[in-house]
Amino acid sequence: MRKELGLLLLLLLVSAVTAIINPLFLSTVNLLDMANLIGLFGVFSIGQGLVIISGGIDLSVGSMFALLGVVFVDLLTTYEIAWPLALLCVIAGGVVLGGVQSFLITRLRMQPFIVTLCGLLIYRGAARYYTTDSTRGFGYGDEADMLRTLAAGHVYGVPNTFIFLIVLALIMGVVLHRSVYGRWLYAVGKNEEAARFSGIRTYTVISGAYIISGGLAGISTVLLVFYTNSVSPSSFGNSYELYAIAAAVLGGCSLRGGEGSILGIVLGTALLQVLQNLVNILGIPSSLNFAVMGTVILLGVLADQQLQARRKLAAATAGAARSAVAAPLVGGRLET
Amino acid sequence: MTETLLELTGITKTYPGVVALDNVGLRVTRGEVLGLIGENGAGKSTLMKILGGVTEPTAGIIRIDAHDHTALTVQAATRAGIAFVHQELNLFENLDVTANIFIGREKKMGGPLMLVDNAGLRTRAASLLDRLKADFTPDTLVENLSIAQRQMVEIAKALSIDARVIIMDEPTSSLTLTETERLLSVIAALKAAGVAVIYISHRLGEIITCADRVVVLRDGHTVGELGREDLSHAAMIRLMIGRDLKSLYIPPAVRPRAGGCDIVDLVTAAFPDRSVSLSVQHGEILGLAGLVGAGRTSLARTVFGIDRLLSGEIRLDGSKVQIGNPRAAIRQGIYLVPEDRKRSGLILEMPIRENITLANLLHHARLLLLDRSSESSVARAQAASLGIKAPSIETQVITLSGGNQQKVVLAKWLSMQPRLMIFDEPTRGIDVGAKNEIYALMRSLADRGVAIVMISSDMEEVIGVSDRIAVMHEGRISGLLEREHFSEYNVMRLAIGQLPDAAENAA
Repeated sequence: MRKELGLLLLLLLVSAVTAIINPLFLSTVNLLDMANLIGLFGVFSIGQGLVIISGGIDLSVGSMFALLGVVFVDLLTTYEIAWPLALLCVIAGGVVLGGVQSFLITRLRMQPFIVTLCGLLIYRGAARYYTTDSTRGFGYGDEADMLRTLAAGHVYGVPNTFIFLIVLALIMGVVLHRSVYGRWLYAVGKNEEAARFSGIRTYTVISGAYIISGGLAGISTVLLVFYTNSVSPSSFGNSYELYAIAAAVLGGCSLRGGEGSILGIVLGTALLQVLQNLVNILGIPSSLNFAVMGTVILLGVLADQQLQARRKLAAATAGAARSAVAAPLVGGRLET
Repeated sequence: MTETLLELTGITKTYPGVVALDNVGLRVTRGEVLGLIGENGAGKSTLMKILGGVTEPTAGIIRIDAHDHTALTVQAATRAGIAFVHQELNLFENLDVTANIFIGREKKMGGPLMLVDNAGLRTRAASLLDRLKADFTPDTLVENLSIAQRQMVEIAKALSIDARVIIMDEPTSSLTLTETERLLSVIAALKAAGVAVIYISHRLGEIITCADRVVVLRDGHTVGELGREDLSHAAMIRLMIGRDLKSLYIPPAVRPRAGGCDIVDLVTAAFPDRSVSLSVQHGEILGLAGLVGAGRTSLARTVFGIDRLLSGEIRLDGSKVQIGNPRAAIRQGIYLVPEDRKRSGLILEMPIRENITLANLLHHARLLLLDRSSESSVARAQAASLGIKAPSIETQVITLSGGNQQKVVLAKWLSMQPRLMIFDEPTRGIDVGAKNEIYALMRSLADRGVAIVMISSDMEEVIGVSDRIAVMHEGRISGLLEREHFSEYNVMRLAIGQLPDAAENAA
């Protein structure tokens, strides 16, 4: 929890400084706008986080948005399919793509980076070919009004995307931190061999992470489509996978696997969006957007590593002192 | 020919709780082949590590060319002309032979770019390979070479630094017969050129063929030296064994009962042309002895479902069980305490509690959600009954001592329902006190009716703990010993592939 606390403090600090320089930062409009973006980006960042905890990486989500996005718009406008069915198709599409990638990674022993990098190229290309590179959008009709209200609406002003993220984070928090699957995922991410020696179906566990990530990418597609209202296949969702990776890493996920938490990922997403917003609201040239983001991630990870090394050193010293007096555990208490 | 290159006197090396070498002496003269033999753990490797500058002796003097050193560094050893041909070859498979021979010592062309003089190095490599009559060229990638050819690369590397003493640690353990003969002829050529070779091997036949002199280590002591004319299997074995074995044996409280595990004609991937049959009864501790690489670990991995079973079957209480993965093995009550506990047995960054319940999580869950209090109570009970020394069950396993880590691995399995437990080197790297606790634990498990297979390279342990001993040699069971026939001599004979016919040779 120490990591999340540190991240929360950083988030509050950055927000406070921004608010002092420009009080508009705290205006309701701005806050709700940010909440909406946090919701949009948080959903697929959670999926990415699970994959990273499994010891892998998913570079394909941004392109998945483009491919699933054009299919989704087409299903609703050209084929006029009922929206629940179209929604289901898109989620299923993400699940299938995640499943195929995980099959290649676990059964055929390919590297996650390569598999999902190829996914990134293939899905983007497929989306562009399918639409002959033309933008797909909704007309002025009222296609899937109900779904639009669900995806892009708000309750008492709070964007539904943000509410959805909170609900999702609670559910995934239970899955990751309280369920058998979550424990297996950490175990596999930390030491796949020892997990296998303990009878854990490591392939199934890893596949689960990619499939969840794919499914959440499907849901994100729908949210993003209603946010932008149109899908231009060459740019829709472009490099969003990097936002997700950045959020997860900022949130405490180690690319070596086995570390990270849902709360951390959500806070990481929030910090990234606050940074983007800060660039706007402080009048920093928007071309510096990425540079600001990069610098903060770099400093954040560096600080975390330094603190962790120091903590480990302290723990080792304390441990050495302790082991000299350590006695057998009886009933969980230390008997001296 | 009697010029002394190297002399070790009074070499002692102690580790916390263990004396690995005690006042050992060794002399190597120019152009001689010195055989160095002893059981697993006799101290051969430690001694060679000291010679190579990898380990520092606790006491003693290393005299090279009339200079005394209290310890060597790797650089000093190299400068003195001491080279290793390692048991696990240390080559870069992705580079070619030339690059491997000269790694770290590349000759550079002049100029600011410091480019490597590849052509020059290749010519030098070619002449070295010529000298060894190697059948491959300097620009072959090492990954395309056989083990025997890689060994030649290592030897060429040794020659390239003008080595005067080449240490070969079990060089023939993965060679075919012809390759072995070839190596022995290379050794003869080296000897003729004045290079001394320290030849470590369990294969006494080879020692007799090539050694001028043999030094025998046992339990960290030099126990004898044999000249060329005194070399014989019997004489060497007699020196290697014959220490006082402390009695570790705890007799079973309950007689082993019929049934248990039968391994029938099992073929493992490590030895696809050999099969193993073995039975272990409920309540029995079967020791599985043999030299390193005899196929014991692959047998264990196959029974536990890690490695693929090529053919044969495994029966539990008479009925055949299908084991394709560890999960299936665990469901049958077949558990493995692996050789490398840090890599395969534990998740070091997880707390004791999570390690103990890892293999049985569904049992600690309701509707797939974990029940922490159930986990804690089981972990606490196991930690208490095994005497795991730690501040709490939430302590990360990485901070525990080796003995306590091993107890955590055991706790994981004991919290379930074992029927057959395989211990692979259960006490490696564990201090004496914890060792005895683990032996007592194994016995109490056996008394509860569990069938136990204990793989061990520690002679004291095999003889002291087992009810019966099966000995493996090159992928098959070379013999079974009942308690009344237990002796180091018999185990050793079987381990090197000879019959345990004591009367004939020991006289």
